[in-house]
Amino acid sequence: MLEARIISELQKIAGKDNVATEKQDLICYSYDATQMEFFPDVVVFPANTDEVSRILTFANNENIPVFPRGAGSGFSGGSLPKGGGLVLVTTRMNRILSIDTDNLIAVVEPGVITGDLQDAVEKEGLFYPPDPASLRFSTLGGNVAECAGGPRAVKYGVTKDFVLGLEVVLPTGDVINTGGQTVKGVVGYDLTKLLCGSEGTLGIITRIILRLLPLPETRKTMLAVFDSIDGAAGAVSTIIRSRIIPTTLEFMDHSALQCVEDQFSLGIPAEAEAVLIIELDGEKELVEKQVGRIGNLIRPLGLISFKAAADASEAEELWKARRLMSPALKKVNPDKVNEDIVVPRSRVPDIIRKIETIRDKYGIPIVNFGHAGDGNIHVNIMIDRSIPGESEKAEGAVREIFRATLDMGGTMSGEHGVGLSKSPYIPLELSREQIGVMKAIKQALDPKNILNPGKIFPE
Amino acid sequence: MDPLKRLENELKNCVKCGACRAYCPVFTAVGREPVSARGKIALARAALSGQLSLDARTREVMSKCLLCGRCVEKCANDVPTDLIVLAAREALARKRGTSLFHRLAGFFLRNRALLSGGATLASLFGPLLFRKVPNSSGLRLRFPLPFIGGQRHFPKIAAKPFLARHPEIIPGEPGRPRIVFFVGCMTNFIYPEIGEAAVALLKSLGCTIVIPKNQHCCGFPALSGGDLDTFRGLAERNLAALEAHQADYVMTACASCGGAFHRMYPLVLGERFPELAERLQALSEKALDASVLLQKLGLWPKLGANTLQEITYHDPCHLRSRGVVHQPRELLREVSGLSLIEMKKADSCCGLGGTFSIHHYGTSMEINAQKTAAIMSTGVQTVVTGCPGCMLQLSDGLQKAGSKARVKHTLEILARNLSKR
Repeated sequence: MLEARIISELQKIAGKDNVATEKQDLICYSYDATQMEFFPDVVVFPANTDEVSRILTFANNENIPVFPRGAGSGFSGGSLPKGGGLVLVTTRMNRILSIDTDNLIAVVEPGVITGDLQDAVEKEGLFYPPDPASLRFSTLGGNVAECAGGPRAVKYGVTKDFVLGLEVVLPTGDVINTGGQTVKGVVGYDLTKLLCGSEGTLGIITRIILRLLPLPETRKTMLAVFDSIDGAAGAVSTIIRSRIIPTTLEFMDHSALQCVEDQFSLGIPAEAEAVLIIELDGEKELVEKQVGRIGNLIRPLGLISFKAAADASEAEELWKARRLMSPALKKVNPDKVNEDIVVPRSRVPDIIRKIETIRDKYGIPIVNFGHAGDGNIHVNIMIDRSIPGESEKAEGAVREIFRATLDMGGTMSGEHGVGLSKSPYIPLELSREQIGVMKAIKQALDPKNILNPGKIFPE
Repeated sequence: MDPLKRLENELKNCVKCGACRAYCPVFTAVGREPVSARGKIALARAALSGQLSLDARTREVMSKCLLCGRCVEKCANDVPTDLIVLAAREALARKRGTSLFHRLAGFFLRNRALLSGGATLASLFGPLLFRKVPNSSGLRLRFPLPFIGGQRHFPKIAAKPFLARHPEIIPGEPGRPRIVFFVGCMTNFIYPEIGEAAVALLKSLGCTIVIPKNQHCCGFPALSGGDLDTFRGLAERNLAALEAHQADYVMTACASCGGAFHRMYPLVLGERFPELAERLQALSEKALDASVLLQKLGLWPKLGANTLQEITYHDPCHLRSRGVVHQPRELLREVSGLSLIEMKKADSCCGLGGTFSIHHYGTSMEINAQKTAAIMSTGVQTVVTGCPGCMLQLSDGLQKAGSKARVKHTLEILARNLSKR
């Protein structure tokens, strides 16, 4: 519990209605999309940069840990107040400040929902490509802090590729601007890139300058079913080698197809070992031509069927199996350990086979699907934590999967971040020296370690 | 048994992804996690485990739900948050007790058919006029606000309730279906013209119309306030009243009454009282929304064109959540001369939500503001919908915004355009 004096100071800064301390509030700001829970002592909803700055200045003086939070939809515990403290929620700062159609730039506050920005810029014929699965409810502040990805990363890249500049409140309360409104800019260190994906440990983002693109004329969705995982992986490399860059190349392996088919009987053929969902965008004529080329290119690769959607509702139909993944998983086992490893595209079949041997060794279901186009695989280890020993089995399997991923030249997290859930494992991927550099940066910006403590670095 | 205990598995099925935050109209207006579906589930879990007490704040949070069902439709794991909120409200009502007035209100609802001993709106809801009914009462759910706050624009109350206007049985042509009409409180007392339209339409199809005199309130308001005893009592009386007439179909013209029959009777009461389950299930299968029934009975050849008119259609939540979306539109499109201009987000909630608009009128109208704006930007002067509750709310919002647009029930539009041939 924080002293009454502290609460009343916070109320002076943010207003009485924007400081919450009742049990109901503490419960509801204790979780994210991981299944972890840590109770804060107080939840504050500032309205602007000045209030954020005053809160941080105060917290820094009083040694109160501060945990920035957007929608609380993260998959790594990045926003959770482990050890207690102040949760700072950015959702009241939710204005789109400008959409500049001459310079193709949008300026937003951190609480804007990603999908809302996309809708707003699309009205102007513009396009903000990053599309994390949570785009209808996650915030841009959270997306930048975690460097969110999404299926369209194959062609367009991830959140950091669209951030030109930031306004950031440092843990000491100082406000700095990084980058700017221009695509080019090399004066000083690139602090913008440093802050993208810093998981709320270096500063609280209060304003974001985003780069936009022209909205592609058309989008086309295809579904290809293969009789082997190598066929699907071969299709991915063949398509890209032929100089077609799809926006999206999603795959589901045999484990995922079987899981959906068992629950929902969609009529996926039994001999299907892998499915690819391919999306293209661009000028209509070009896209039509590319659809034909893709059909021809992948036919020799053990293709069982190939369908191109004529319209949006047919496209939605092709996405159906993928969209049913989450409820299907839930029926396999109640608890999910959800990892998002990345390997070089060409190694996807190798890692899938490796995961199958790990699955058999530990005797627990592991279901794989994800972004084949960039080698980012969602590995879902399905367990029942109420059965003794299952959590330990999952931990063993995760460790082995991470080792194999790193051996193949990959990384253990493509888009979810380290947060709390991966911090014990990062010494597998990062050297002592690398971690040392990162900690030195953290120490320089946050000497009293009050901003999002306990995240990223192992204890 | 703790009502939440029955939903233990459903509570566990929430994986806290947060997707519901995108769809909850109340969360969108309020912006605080406790009112989101995910938040309410977390609180229900905490209450069940004893971590959270069922205090006034918990009651306040649980009251902030429209029961629109949007989060249920959008949840990847099919978590029935509406049932969870109702169970929490029941637990709260039990824990925090019910007052004398609440019991009186329950007694009224349970023991009076909509037309017995000359019941009128005033006699049924009289106590409300004098602010004597406590906040927790199921009776406060739909009606009292206009009397109490004086903020809401409220239509004139029917001089003669619908049920007092017709004989119990209106014989039709031999061999045509026998339709039992469940009228509902709002049609009976406030919008009897919906009932008149229903009768005209069924007559044109040669149906025998049965309007049981001893039908009661569907019970949704009592359920919504956590009063399971009253809800059960009303359901049993309605079962008896409706079963007595060997209906081919039971017709509802109120989306929420229909929603009660379809979802709440079998899923809340059927689960709880196995001895009633079969009958409740049978009713839920036999009960059809008027638009679905009329389409099934082949109304379209009867429709003519009396006026050139532009309309827009609002989807009531308790039709949308049951998949009744196309049927009313298709019927309306059959009327030549009538053109349906879709508003933006026709399927978003109007903001009424029973209890909700009583306790949280400000938020209710904030949610409604977007709906009103969407209607007004169509430029259309007639809004059509399938729920008298929505009609009340839409009229209120439009009136406050200075719009002259009128709100009509689907059945009124169809009845007015019955062919004269």
